[in-house]
Amino acid sequence: MSDIASRVKAIIVDKLGVDETEVTPEASFTNDLGADSLDTVELIMEFEKEFNIAIPDDQAENIGTVGDAVSYIEENAK
Amino acid sequence: MEFRRVVVTGLGTINPIGNSIAEYWENLENGVGGAGMITHFDASKFKTQFACEVKNFDAKEHFDRKEVRKLDLYTQYALVAVKEAMADCGLDLESEDLTKAGVIWGSGIGGIKTFLDEVKGYANGDGTPRFSPFFIPKMISDIAAGHISMKYGFQGPNYGTVSACASSSHAIIDAMNYIRLGKADVFITGGSEASVNEAGLGGFNSMQALSTNNEEFETASRPFCKTRDGFVMGEGAGCLILEEYEHAKARGAKIYAEVVGGGMSGDAYHLTATHPEGRGAINSMNMALNDADLKPEDIDYINVHGTSTPVGDIPETKAVQTVFGEHAYKLNISSTKSMTGHLLGAAGSVEAIASILAMNNQTVPPTINHKEQDPQIDERLNLTLHKAQKREIRAALSNTFGFGGHNASVIFKSFSE
Repeated sequence: MSDIASRVKAIIVDKLGVDETEVTPEASFTNDLGADSLDTVELIMEFEKEFNIAIPDDQAENIGTVGDAVSYIEENAK
Repeated sequence: MEFRRVVVTGLGTINPIGNSIAEYWENLENGVGGAGMITHFDASKFKTQFACEVKNFDAKEHFDRKEVRKLDLYTQYALVAVKEAMADCGLDLESEDLTKAGVIWGSGIGGIKTFLDEVKGYANGDGTPRFSPFFIPKMISDIAAGHISMKYGFQGPNYGTVSACASSSHAIIDAMNYIRLGKADVFITGGSEASVNEAGLGGFNSMQALSTNNEEFETASRPFCKTRDGFVMGEGAGCLILEEYEHAKARGAKIYAEVVGGGMSGDAYHLTATHPEGRGAINSMNMALNDADLKPEDIDYINVHGTSTPVGDIPETKAVQTVFGEHAYKLNISSTKSMTGHLLGAAGSVEAIASILAMNNQTVPPTINHKEQDPQIDERLNLTLHKAQKREIRAALSNTFGFGGHNASVIFKSFSE
């Protein structure tokens, strides 16, 4: 697993209180990991902070799974 | 129209002298104080370095990790007290009409720690707004009522009351009135507060409202004593389950007491000082007596607001004498804040509980830490000093007064069919 993927996973485990094994690339924040709309906003903000990036709202809407988050950050992190 | 009768069928608390109703009563009866040096944060630079904190509270024992991050401490205390009261009242939620079950919950300030942390984070940053999406719904002082309703599915009237240190008395009065009027059959009511933190302590310190008697912190909360120098901050929650009498009777519920009257008034006088003759307190107590259809002689115990501030305690005793006349000398009066400290918005709820338990046990909890008679307070008043006193209590009145001049008085009556 890439460094980015493991950091993303750690944030999700911490914020959503889920087990590490549940955080698979296909896992959807809302459908599989029990996040509501506010949890999702918080996750995006944590990713921004951790990777020092700004994720515009229209891009954030497309980040629905763990894999989506990892690919977005891999493409955009400095 | 004929009002429906309202009874108390469940109690719960977490406060500086008890993490359950049983523990709370034991310490009230034995005159045990809850003050200690502050452990929630480093208070070494503050004028006041002690408070009545809740002890042995571990949020992880009550909430899962994800849940706890969304709950300010004031809401955590609320949910813990409600849990005890709900278990105590024995309501079967499966068979209840939950649209007739409401929540009215008081808090003076709400999530002040959440506010402090979020604003601190912003101020320490580079100006980029990174406020948590939970900032607002964690902080606002109505959110405890919201969380309680979600936990138990109560879909009736739902809101918070805010009147500083009278908040939870207003909650209880509103809940009583809505049941009387048929707007609901059951209410979870009470209040919670959690402001033993830098902002809460610092703010009250600057107002010169708090005792700064760091040397004698264990006995600093000394209502009516000549050497009192301010209130001691407390924290926690108190919960009462109010229920329409026939509804409670039909399910064979245990009944603690009847809630028979509420009085409310405004001092219309000063931001923080009470009216020197207790004008608002007099109006509030008179309204409660009228509402309860009781005479002053019918009251046996007054759990006073009695915060231990130099300016607050005198007008309240004057007001009691104005309302009760000669009967004032036959009353037992006590300030349980001498033991719990001042729970601010939660004070009305924990003191309502103290009044009810006093009636059930026919025992008046004491005013502890009193050392010296204040010449401005009539020495013929029985302030229940030092030790609990046994006596018949037919009805008890609980007073709370808040900054802003908000006054509320609630009367509980020993239950009989």
